[in-house]
Amino acid sequence: MRNFYLIFKKELKSYFYSPIAYVVITIFLIITGYFFYNIFAAFSTISFQAQMNPGIARQYNLLNITESVVRPLFGNISVIMLLLMPLLTMRLFAEEKRSGTIELLLTYPVRDIEVVMGKFAACVAIFGIMLIFTFIYPVLIKIYGQPELGPIITGYIGLFLMGAAFISFGVFASTLTENQVVAAVLSFGVLLLFWMMGYSLAFAGPGLIGIMSYIALMQHLEGFAKGVIDSGDVIYYLNFIMLCLFLTLRALESKKWRG
Amino acid sequence: MIEVENLTKTYGSFNALKGITFKVEKGEILGFLGPNGAGKTTTMRILTCFFPATSGSARVCGFDVFENPLDVKKRIGYLPENVPLYKDMEITDYLTFVGRIKGIDTGEIKKKVNKVMDDCGITHMAGKLIGELSKGYRQRVGLAQALISDPEVLILDEPTIGLDPKQIIEIRQLIKNLAGRHTVILSTHILPEVSMTCQRVVIINEGRVIAVDTPQNLTSQIQGAAKILFKIEGSSSDVMEELKRARGIKKVEMKDTNNGVSDYIVEFEKGVDERKGIPALIVKKGWGLLEMRPMVMSLEDIFIKLVTEEKGV
Ligand SMILES: Nc1ncnc2c1ncn2[C@@H]1O[C@H](COP(=O)(O)OP(=O)(O)OP(=O)(O)O)[C@@H](O)[C@H]1O
Ligand SMILES: [Mg+2]
Repeated sequence: MRNFYLIFKKELKSYFYSPIAYVVITIFLIITGYFFYNIFAAFSTISFQAQMNPGIARQYNLLNITESVVRPLFGNISVIMLLLMPLLTMRLFAEEKRSGTIELLLTYPVRDIEVVMGKFAACVAIFGIMLIFTFIYPVLIKIYGQPELGPIITGYIGLFLMGAAFISFGVFASTLTENQVVAAVLSFGVLLLFWMMGYSLAFAGPGLIGIMSYIALMQHLEGFAKGVIDSGDVIYYLNFIMLCLFLTLRALESKKWRG
Repeated sequence: MIEVENLTKTYGSFNALKGITFKVEKGEILGFLGPNGAGKTTTMRILTCFFPATSGSARVCGFDVFENPLDVKKRIGYLPENVPLYKDMEITDYLTFVGRIKGIDTGEIKKKVNKVMDDCGITHMAGKLIGELSKGYRQRVGLAQALISDPEVLILDEPTIGLDPKQIIEIRQLIKNLAGRHTVILSTHILPEVSMTCQRVVIINEGRVIAVDTPQNLTSQIQGAAKILFKIEGSSSDVMEELKRARGIKKVEMKDTNNGVSDYIVEFEKGVDERKGIPALIVKKGWGLLEMRPMVMSLEDIFIKLVTEEKGV
């Protein structure tokens, strides 16, 4: 536990020694802010028109602020996470392998699992900080409207789980190569595939549809955004994370065997 | 303290180690010698549990490196050959991290970090980023992280490479002072370093141990019989004749004649030591004895001899 904490602390610090954390967090906030502004502006325009002409309200059925602002916002944040998370995870093991520091790290009296969990947790913590900054959006919504609190809270839980899942895969990808760019591209590509499975559900055959909708990362966020915490979704993300971390451990070990 | 038995390591289809066996006693400093690619680093990586051997066994402080890696790791300090350190950390932060991870308590860590920085001569650099250090200073930080927890066993892969002469002497002294309390394995290409710091030498070549002994024994063994050089003033033909007649002498060789002074290399029969007799003879004959010294083969010579002999077989 103590080793886990030491590695966690060291990794967290090194995120801030390098510009990565600042850059990623800033870009994340700029893009999500931009989306938020657009969604919110569109919503207020439509609501304004709807006030003038109640027909529009029925036509679009968009006047629920939770439905038309909070949910799209979460959807957008999750896409941006997909783009940025690989940048946070790419260096975790790839850089240690490239610079050779892994040799010292793995000959210190630590267990592999402590190393993996420490690095994973540090990255999740950075991600947590990113998410906390976005609390400003619900606060703004609250000032101008009456959003339901439930879906916002569950939405954040969903986002957090999904981000952690992204990170866990990124950590795994980072153990497969010495090259940070390769690690980033690999995790981005695979996560995107998982993500896009959600889109192909419409054409999938009846046999596949069940499996695919289960595997698709995005599919499991929907419940959260609606305000329901389905234990199936939570378990899905937790399983995904555990599988990735397990594979990470295996990858570290096999690296040792091959020498 | 360290027992290595029949260790082999295969990289893909390449046999880097072909059965290495040696032992290191507690408190001993063992020099690990071998040409490039001999398998020194590979052996050290197995001992430090970085990767497992393909076959054979290695025990450190009684713990098997494969079965109880954590117990082994707790007891060793390791300096890898190219000194991989976190470039984005400050020296103090880094050493604190390593010390803590090696089990030093919060209360003690500051003291230990300061002491080890002092020992390795990096105190005045304490707040610098490791990435900004020169090669020699990085080497010292590497050494500091190996020493910080005062481990029972130290495994140092070319510890003095990249240091300036003054620092080399300091670090060698530091390593020498570790003897007794600590068990040290150090690899090097610098042969005088071995004779200066190590009590025993293991010479390996192409993944095999080709000699294990003390530097002194190796020198005398390889050399066979004792050879002594005499610088004598006097008629060289007389000297040669008398020397050849003297007892216990196998061979005399004359070299470098200059103003009636010549060097004679006298090889004695094995086990015979006539060092006293010759000077007496010289005095009796009225020649002048200007110099007398044993011709010791340097470790370099031995090393080259062993490594090339091995090739010939
Ligand atoms: N990861 C690896 N994959 C394949 N072969 C390797 C690997 N590491 C080392 N080798 C090979 O194993 C042999 C022994 O290497 P090792 O690094 O142990 O030599 P060394 O004695 O430390 O040499 P040096 O004095 O140059 O440091 C070399 O022939 C090397 O090419
Ligand atoms: Mg080497």
